[in-house]
Amino acid sequence: MSSELTRMTAAGLAAVIAAGEASAAEVTEAHLARIGAVDAQVHAFLQVAADSARAAARAVDERRAAGETLGPLAGVPLALKDVFTTEDMPTTCGSRILDGWQPPYDATVTRRLRAAGVVILGKANMDEFAMGSSTENSAFGPSHNPWDLDRVPGGSSGGSAAAVAGFEAPLGVGTDTGGSIRQPAAVCGIVGVKPTYGGSSRYGLVAFASSLDTPGPLARTVLDAALLHEAISGHDPCDSTSVDAPVPPVVAAARQADVSGLRIGVVPELGGEGYQPGVMTRFGEAIELLESLGAKIVEVSCPHFSYALPAYYLIAPSEASSNLARFDAMRYGLRVGDDGTRSAEEVMALTRAQGFGAEVKRRIMLGTYALSSGYYDAYYGKAQQVRTLIIRDFETAFEQVDVLISPTTPTTAFRIGERADDPLAMYLADLCTIPSDLAGNAALSLPCGLAPEDGLPVGLQIMAPVLADDRLYRVGGAVEAVLTERRGHPLLDEAKGLDEAKGIGHD
Amino acid sequence: MSIAREEVAHLAMLSRLALGEEELDRLAGQLDQIISAVARVQEVAADGIPPTSHAVPLVNVFRDDVVVPCLGAEKALAQAPAVEQQRFRVPRILAED
Repeated sequence: MSSELTRMTAAGLAAVIAAGEASAAEVTEAHLARIGAVDAQVHAFLQVAADSARAAARAVDERRAAGETLGPLAGVPLALKDVFTTEDMPTTCGSRILDGWQPPYDATVTRRLRAAGVVILGKANMDEFAMGSSTENSAFGPSHNPWDLDRVPGGSSGGSAAAVAGFEAPLGVGTDTGGSIRQPAAVCGIVGVKPTYGGSSRYGLVAFASSLDTPGPLARTVLDAALLHEAISGHDPCDSTSVDAPVPPVVAAARQADVSGLRIGVVPELGGEGYQPGVMTRFGEAIELLESLGAKIVEVSCPHFSYALPAYYLIAPSEASSNLARFDAMRYGLRVGDDGTRSAEEVMALTRAQGFGAEVKRRIMLGTYALSSGYYDAYYGKAQQVRTLIIRDFETAFEQVDVLISPTTPTTAFRIGERADDPLAMYLADLCTIPSDLAGNAALSLPCGLAPEDGLPVGLQIMAPVLADDRLYRVGGAVEAVLTERRGHPLLDEAKGLDEAKGIGHD
Repeated sequence: MSIAREEVAHLAMLSRLALGEEELDRLAGQLDQIISAVARVQEVAADGIPPTSHAVPLVNVFRDDVVVPCLGAEKALAQAPAVEQQRFRVPRILAED
C-alpha cells in the first residue's frame, strides 16, 4: 500500500483519505519513506520536516474523525520551495546568507496550504534567490533530474519539480520570475503553471524581482495543478499587487479538457534554429494533435519576443539589486567580520561577498549598472519600453486567438556542469518562458513526449491572456488525456533515472 | 559597449560587495559579455513608447485602517546577528577618520 500511495495523484490521494481508505498519516509516512529511500540521489529537499508533517497529517485525520468535510487537497503532501517563509521550518532561499534563518511568520501561500489541510513535507532546493535555470546555483548543492541523475532538474524551482517527478511528493509549489516553474516542469516531465501575475500572493515570498515573481503549482497531472492553483490563489490584502478578482475557474476547465472550436496560435519566433530537433518534433506533433481535437491552428507572429530575453536580463537584475539590498547583516542572516574594528559598511560588504554566490553577485552588479546614472535611460529605461512592446504583441495576438503555444524550453535537460561557467548559455533556457513573465499573463507547461535523440521529456507551453488562466487547463487537460491514452500510461512512468541508480525507482 | 575593470570595482563598491581581485577580473569579463548581449533592447525601443514598470497595473491600493497584531520585539530580534538591551546591536556606523 505504501508504495502505491506515492504513485497516486493528489486528487486520488485526497479521495482515498476522504473515503477513509487510507489515513493522511499513512500517506505522509509513505512519502517520508520514499524521501528516505531516494532523496540522497535526487537532493530535492533542503530540509525534511517530518515531525511537523506528521502533526499536520494527524490534524487532518482528526478533523475527518470528527465528521468534518475535508477540502479537495486535505492530507495531500507537498514540497514547498524554500523561498516561502515558514514559521516552523528554516527558510534559506538556497543561500548561505540565510542559512538556518527561522522566519517569524508564514507566507500567505504557506498559510493557505495549511488551511487547505495540505501536508508540507519540507523545503525544496532552488537556485540561490531563484536566480538560475538548473539549481546549480544553490549554495547547498544541485538537485538531480529523476529521468537521469547526471542532468539538471531545471530551475529555479528545480527541487520542487524533482520531488514531484521522483514521487517524493505529488505536489510542489514554486515561483516563476523568468520561467522558474515552467522550465523545470518541462525538463522533469511534469505540469507547471505560472498564474497571472498578482493572482497568487507574494506576501512572505522572499523577493527576487517584485514586478515578475509569481507563485504557482507543480504537479503530475493537469487536474492536480488546477486543484493546487485554486488552493493558493486569490486576493491578499497583504500584497499590494494582488489582483482583487475571482480566481479563474481552473478546476472546472481541467475537467472540461476540450479544445473544440478554440483558436490556437503558434508563435514562429519561438522555435526553429537553436532548438533541439526532438523538441521541435514533439511540438509539431502537439500542433497536429490539437488540430485533430477540433482546434483551429493559426500562425501568429510576435515580432518583439526575441527582445524579451535581453529586456528581462536588465529588468530582473535591476529589481534584484534593489531587493537584495535588505541583506545588510544587521537584522537577520549572516554577519561576517564584526570584530569591533570594522564599520557597519565594511561588515556589510564582507558579509555580502561571503554570503552570496557567483550568480547572485553577477545579477546585483548588472542591476546596479543598469540603474546607475548615465546608463539608466540606455538600459533599464529601454528594457521597460521593450516590455510595453511585448505586452502589445500579446494583445494583438489575443485579438486573433484564444491561446498561444510554443515549446517550453529550447532543449531537454542539460548535464550538470554543462552550462555552469557560461551565464549567457544558461540564460537561454528561459527564452520561451520570459515573454509571459514580462507581460504578466498566465502560462502552463505540460509534457508532450520524449525527444527521440535522448529520451528526455519535452514541454509544451500554453499561454493565455491575463486572468484567463482557465484556458490553460482546458487545453492542457485535452492534450494530457490524449497523450496518456495513446501511451497507455502517464509519461512519468517511463522515468528510469532512479531505477538505474539504485533499482528503487519502481515499487 | 565595453565595461572597464575599474568601473566593475566601482559597481562592487556601490553594491556593497567586498570582492577580491580575482573575482573582479572574472566578473569584468562576464559583465562585459552580458551587457553587450542585453544592449539589443536599444535596437527596438524607439522614443515615444511608454515604459512598463508593472505587468498588471494597479493604482491607489488601499485597505481599511484596521489595527492588526504586529511582530513583538522578542520575535523581531530572535534572528538578529547580535542583540543588546532589546535592540539590534550593529557595528559602528561612522568611519574613524
